[in-house]
Amino acid sequence: MPINVLMPALSPTMTEGKIARWLKAEGDAVKSGQVLCEIETDKATMEVEAVDEGTLAKILVPGGTEGVKVNQPIAVIAAEGESVSAASAPVAAAAAAAPVAAPAVHAAPASAPVMEAEPDLGETKTMTVREALRDAMAEEMRRDEAVFLMGEEVAEYQGAYKVSQGLLQEFGPRRVVDTPITEQGFAGLAVGAGFMGLRPIVEFMTWNFSMQAIDQIINSAAKTLYMSGGQMGCPIVFRGPNGAASRVAAQHSQCYASWYAHCPGLKVVSPWSAADAKGLMKAAIRDPNPVLVLENEILYGTSGAVPVSSDYVVPIGKAKVVRKGKDVTITAFSIMVGKALAAAEELAKQGIDAEVIDLRSIRPLDTATIVESVKKTNRLVSVEEGWPFAGIGSEIGMRMMEECFDHLDAPVKRVCGLDIPLPYAANLEKLALPQPDWIADAAKAVLYRN
Amino acid sequence: MAPQPPKKKAKPDDNIAANPAELLKYYRDMLLIRRFEEKAGQMYGMGLIGGFCHLYIGQEAVVVGMQSAITPQDSVITSYRDHGHMLACGMDPGGVMAELTGRIGGLSKGKGGSMHMFSKEKNFYGGHGIVGAQVPLGTGLAFAYKYRGLQNVSLTYMGDGAVNQGQVYESFNMAQLWKLPVIFIIENNKYGMGTSIERASSTTDFYHRGAAHGIPGEAVDGMDVLAVREAAIRAVEHARTKGPVILEMQTYRYRGHSMSDPAKYRQKEEVEKMRAQRDPIENLAKVILEGKHADEAKLKEIDREVKEIASKAAEFAQNSPEPPVEELWTDVLVETR
Repeated sequence: MPINVLMPALSPTMTEGKIARWLKAEGDAVKSGQVLCEIETDKATMEVEAVDEGTLAKILVPGGTEGVKVNQPIAVIAAEGESVSAASAPVAAAAAAAPVAAPAVHAAPASAPVMEAEPDLGETKTMTVREALRDAMAEEMRRDEAVFLMGEEVAEYQGAYKVSQGLLQEFGPRRVVDTPITEQGFAGLAVGAGFMGLRPIVEFMTWNFSMQAIDQIINSAAKTLYMSGGQMGCPIVFRGPNGAASRVAAQHSQCYASWYAHCPGLKVVSPWSAADAKGLMKAAIRDPNPVLVLENEILYGTSGAVPVSSDYVVPIGKAKVVRKGKDVTITAFSIMVGKALAAAEELAKQGIDAEVIDLRSIRPLDTATIVESVKKTNRLVSVEEGWPFAGIGSEIGMRMMEECFDHLDAPVKRVCGLDIPLPYAANLEKLALPQPDWIADAAKAVLYRN
Repeated sequence: MAPQPPKKKAKPDDNIAANPAELLKYYRDMLLIRRFEEKAGQMYGMGLIGGFCHLYIGQEAVVVGMQSAITPQDSVITSYRDHGHMLACGMDPGGVMAELTGRIGGLSKGKGGSMHMFSKEKNFYGGHGIVGAQVPLGTGLAFAYKYRGLQNVSLTYMGDGAVNQGQVYESFNMAQLWKLPVIFIIENNKYGMGTSIERASSTTDFYHRGAAHGIPGEAVDGMDVLAVREAAIRAVEHARTKGPVILEMQTYRYRGHSMSDPAKYRQKEEVEKMRAQRDPIENLAKVILEGKHADEAKLKEIDREVKEIASKAAEFAQNSPEPPVEELWTDVLVETR
């Protein structure tokens, strides 16, 4: 029975990839462990080894093909003794029956989110969030010699998630610094360098690892300006992917927005669109204060229109209305903006016109924009991936009580990740993280339309 | 490069011996710290100073000896037993004392207190309240020197309690990996708060603690300002040209860990013996008198002078007003527009 070779998932968040080249040709004998082909993901080029033995009967997807979906058959291997010609078509039954080895892809948007065109973007270019972040850092490093990047695997490896791709080549090892795995150490070291006037960008491979360094972020970076009576500031950026990726379970799936936004002396931003990723990253680097940029791994590969101008900076502390509506306001940040927009589309089908606000900055929080919207819609749903207790939604709900209580026609509702460590199982993970239907249900609840 | 075996107590080096003017300066600087700290202790007792207050009495030779080997462009960073370091860096005693009393005339406008004071002007980078946290920060100062191609060194102080913190070794590793110009000065005063080094540390020869990273270390008599000075000169040369180095200063604090520590974990006799036999100020006075570099009268005059400075600082610290209420909200962030 011929065997289908399926496009493998080579990272937790991979949904598709490019077959760079085949190292075996049709008719070649294949032994287990031999390299069949090279696959480029958004993070790396990986070799795919054969698991089954036989003859490579047919290459279904030629080298150079992009956008090959995970689990799509890419070749057929004829087992020993089988006719190569008989095996030269994909094995339909086998393909259908193949277990879903790839991680759940529920979190990745099916297509790139459609951004509302901003009037002031100027000339734009479509690029991924990953590229936008990289370009922001590169532009600021060109602009200011005091800016440098440090972190684990940022230089020679080109970034664990490839956000720093090419920076080492342009700026050299003095300004793109590979560190040992030593978060508390290098976070503190960078803060010290910041005291001395350098402008460090510290990459945490993920924000989960920043817990090793949280004392340096809060006690050293956030408080020294105050404790020194204004003498010693720390112009530093801490950045990295935040929140759940896909199937990486409890210790690697946590949203830190509430943790860090709690602390005076810090600014916290969390972009969703590619344009904001670039504009906010540049604002963060130019800011004389410690700024934390909470990125999202799943968003790295999504694309959007990004201004070409190297002067494009998004001010910290300004939310953005990404969908205008009149019936209910939905606030969200980072990946949840996409979920909120999906919910808004669903609500529209039911005759509900939702306004969606991308918070962009968590601290300072643009309360005015939310209040303005609520004065129009009189109803508010706050969406976040993090836990409910003392979350961003708690803060927003309280602020609405303080600032526009009389404009509310229903209590504010929050949609949060479940109050549990994130489970690994695909079905449970999906049940634990906010989905568009949760948001739509919450919107209907505040409209009393259940 | 094979790591150098740590050296134990290097012999005094005649080539770098201090001259009489320098001896008198060290005497004065140590005595200023002593008198200042005595005054601070007194004011704490009067309720004029609040919170934690960690006195440096007994350890004066360490910071004065180290300071003698660096230039004003080099930086100093330490933890919370920091008054002596600030005075040795040349920071205004009135400003330090007014910070202890929480007044607007304090170096942090009264917002930092005893443990959190800074002076950009004097290259003093704090004053940090978390045990060991200043060690990566000080390593970062050295990183900035190297990044900018400067020849300066970072004096990064820590206590014997801090050397068991993980981030200290993270810093050792990076400092040696990148050959950063940093001197790690371990002020071993035998007790981390109330726990003796024997009860806290698997090994108590702290100058060995860089061995795993190939960082050379030296044990120094931290009660002898001249021994400290000589070790410091060697260490500064090493740091400027080769990279990090560790100096373990074997010293002693006469007072409790903080003002609220009754110090019941050690015998009174132990303290009395140290004071009687090893006091850094008394011993330097002996050197000065025996070498006929100055007479008793001169030393008395210095004592009068520094007592006057401490009194004036105390006076300033009591008369300076409390910070205005508006100061609550300033310096949280650098204003960006």
